[in-house]
Amino acid sequence: MSEENKWKYGFFLGCVTPNRYPMIEASIRAVFDHLGAEILELEGASCCPAPGVFRAFHIPTWLVIAARNITLAEELGIDIITGCNGCYGTLRDAWVELEHEPELKKMVNEHLAKVGREFKGSIEPKHLVQVLYKDMGLDYLRGFVKHKFKDLKVAVHYGCHIVKPSDKRPWGGESEDPRFLDELIELTGATSIDYKDKFMCCGAGGAVRTAVKEISADFSREKLENMRDAGADIIIDCCPFCHLQLDLGQMEANGIYKDMIGEPYKIPVVYVTQLLGLSFGIDPNLLGLVKNHDLKGVTPFIPIEPFLEKVKDQLT
Amino acid sequence: MSENVEKYIKRKVYNSTSSNITQKFVDAGLEKLRACINCGTCTGSCPSGRRTAYRTRSVLRRALTGDESVLQDIDIWFCSTCYTCYERCPRDIPVTDMIIKLRNIAVEEGYILDAHFGLANNIFYKTGHGVPANGEGNKKWRDLRESYGLPPLPPTVHVHPEAVKECQDLMKSVGFRDLLDKIEKQKGKEKAEREKAEAKKAEAEEVENKKKEKKKK
Repeated sequence: MSEENKWKYGFFLGCVTPNRYPMIEASIRAVFDHLGAEILELEGASCCPAPGVFRAFHIPTWLVIAARNITLAEELGIDIITGCNGCYGTLRDAWVELEHEPELKKMVNEHLAKVGREFKGSIEPKHLVQVLYKDMGLDYLRGFVKHKFKDLKVAVHYGCHIVKPSDKRPWGGESEDPRFLDELIELTGATSIDYKDKFMCCGAGGAVRTAVKEISADFSREKLENMRDAGADIIIDCCPFCHLQLDLGQMEANGIYKDMIGEPYKIPVVYVTQLLGLSFGIDPNLLGLVKNHDLKGVTPFIPIEPFLEKVKDQLT
Repeated sequence: MSENVEKYIKRKVYNSTSSNITQKFVDAGLEKLRACINCGTCTGSCPSGRRTAYRTRSVLRRALTGDESVLQDIDIWFCSTCYTCYERCPRDIPVTDMIIKLRNIAVEEGYILDAHFGLANNIFYKTGHGVPANGEGNKKWRDLRESYGLPPLPPTVHVHPEAVKECQDLMKSVGFRDLLDKIEKQKGKEKAEREKAEAKKAEAEEVENKKKEKKKK
């Protein structure tokens, strides 16, 4: 990558971020702009396609459509960033497989040629957390911290596909106890608390949510119980599908498992760039933290006002 | 991997003693499972197995021994693909990828839940998104985007109809359209048979009820 293209990325939006949690999209754009990175649109990008469903239905389709999405960034000559663990899983797994298996690459390119495209493997699909942690680094980010949160207990939820399968991820093979997301969060002064089964799946992925919602909601119930036991003020995640599962999933667990859980869950769910942005002194309106509409039945389902209330005195 | 192990693991499956499905498993690369020592680390690590009857080791064992019923077992759809079993397998079997391949074979045989089929056929194929913004009739997600200072639709396939067409062309080329059509036909046939059976049952019940009423009189 040339010096000119330093920190210039093609933003792969995916589905859940733009179409259900646009506040996450707003915060990613605001934070990357603030940090001096340039974000370009990947015009005409599709679903990644989602690994738990479409990959499970037909692997060749999954691979070909993933390769098409990667070619959109190859045309621009820049790496992809995504803020979604599912998209990251698809784009990165497909990229690694196509890099290592010439037969697959040939097959994929035969299909892509019909629409005038070619997968070259010239760019790298990255998670935005990977960009923050590896491309920019903690020292660079530390220089942007304006407000340090006090007494803010955060339950960090990594999600699965940002770390696993570890042989296709950039974390040196670590899959049982990574620290990179905790270290990012701790830049803001917040405390990343230990809680039982911290690295357990949220339950949304793998086609489970679409198959039987009660099973997904039971994964979430277990996670939420462990987070609440540990005294979490908020949940921090780095995936919109986990975000949906932990936000809407609280409502679902509160309904389906109301006899099991005692008090209903109401832990605010905050995306990683929303918390970082707030600490960097970015206007909460630009970070999608302030509700500015009277629409019904939209995200977030669990109000985040208690979080803003808790930290507002620390933002001056 | 030494040559001997390679030979042993990739040994030929004989049709006289195994089902066609077993050959399909082997063709799909599931023969790696022959390295399994049955330790159960996969099952023990599985967050789905904590709350359902899904047992990873058992499912893989059935696949390996050619037990075709595993394809119809809804349990194979309870794996959330968290990859914990994949990471912990002491024999380096890519367990989660095996489950995904097993699902591919199940789908090819027509075993796919209606909700999953609908997602592929009515949403992904038509819009290019797995979770679309919804049509003009349901504008709340577009309005929500605008409330956060974003354009009502993202710069994805949603504003590029030519990109939707391109994705559909690719899905046709790679055989996904044919697969969906085959399943749709099969599902239609199954539905018609189910309705026929139900109608027959209702008819029989009616006759029975009339008989009972006659007796009462």
